[in-house]
Amino acid sequence: MASGSTAGTDDDYEALISTTDVELLKRVWRNEKAAPEILRFETALIQRTRGQIQLMEETIEEFSSSGIDPLTVSLYQMDLDRTQYLLRSYLRTRLQKIGKYMFHISNNPEVQNRLSEQEKGFAKRCTEDMERHLEESVLSKLPDNYRDILKQSIISEENDMVPEPQLDTFVVCKSRRFLGPFQLDGSDELLEMKPDDLCIIHYKSIKERVQEGEIDLV
Amino acid sequence: MAGQSDPNLSLFSAEEVEFIAEDEMVEIVPNLRMDALNFICVPLWLAVALKKRGKCTIRPPLWMSVEKLTQVLEAERDSQRVFEQLPFHYVEISRLLFDHARDDIPDVYMVRSLVEDIRDVRFHKVETNLETLNERALALKINNLSAMEVNIVRPFIGRALQAFYKHDSPELIPDQERISDRRPQVANNAARRHLRR
Repeated sequence: MASGSTAGTDDDYEALISTTDVELLKRVWRNEKAAPEILRFETALIQRTRGQIQLMEETIEEFSSSGIDPLTVSLYQMDLDRTQYLLRSYLRTRLQKIGKYMFHISNNPEVQNRLSEQEKGFAKRCTEDMERHLEESVLSKLPDNYRDILKQSIISEENDMVPEPQLDTFVVCKSRRFLGPFQLDGSDELLEMKPDDLCIIHYKSIKERVQEGEIDLV
Repeated sequence: MAGQSDPNLSLFSAEEVEFIAEDEMVEIVPNLRMDALNFICVPLWLAVALKKRGKCTIRPPLWMSVEKLTQVLEAERDSQRVFEQLPFHYVEISRLLFDHARDDIPDVYMVRSLVEDIRDVRFHKVETNLETLNERALALKINNLSAMEVNIVRPFIGRALQAFYKHDSPELIPDQERISDRRPQVANNAARRHLRR
């Protein structure tokens, strides 16, 4: 393929029509697992996946009761199991992150918008439970100035008791196509990436590109 | 349980890396009612499942031959810094095939020992190259590393680069000439002071 943006869009178009939902789910799952912070919830993809899983389950039931070769049935079942595993692992990884950074999330509307509706409810219940638990077991017994759940003491300027995701963790990533020189976070150096280059880099520097789908975390 | 790999070891467990590898395509020769000579491309997990039930034989991928692997091994040994092009999941694919389709691989013992040698040489190369890391790097490029190698090395590289980033930060040491003066410094709890101007 020659250079130029037309080749890029051809590539994209082909990739779009040939990527199945399962492959998309796999990619989204990998990114979510490797990223130090919670990423945007892929509502449409998850909804379609759920629909397809349900369809598969019904098909398998029909097959097994209509006497189709049990080998075929078990192969379909294996495929279904694999997809279900991806879905569950994706959701569980996100729940783990929510559990870890619940106060950071509840104070941060931008991050909160990345959650699905049910995750928002989960995060809310988590923070309420945790607050109540800490109040009853520890905070009520501390001297007056130290009772806040978010700040170490009254004189803290920021919420320093809130764990935040480490955005400058180093992550391993691969680009899907040529990425012209872009600036690395925190310095003037420029980096360019060819497809299939493996880079180890600050998550911060490539955060947006991961969300856009230009770079995959490995 | 899905999603419960131990984050202290590595983000992905070995099984999860294998799971990803199982979606790679391989050719099989089914010995079912289909035409015996039809080569079909299926995902690896499907091939292994069929093989376990005796319904097919698996054609080993082209890179898993004695000649190709010997070439790769020699090239790996010849170069200190470059990694040879190998399929991203070569470790997992070869492991699955050795475990389940040994009889489908010609010269399997030779192939197996070649793959293991390649793994050793590559890993040793990774280790020696990492030893040369001695300054703050914002990004590191290592091409042609495979999935399993990345997974094993990830926690160490992450923490090492992080430590360099933190401790070699120019904000702590405003003296720009420090690079020539790398004597070991006595540990001291105060913020670092510049030793010479």
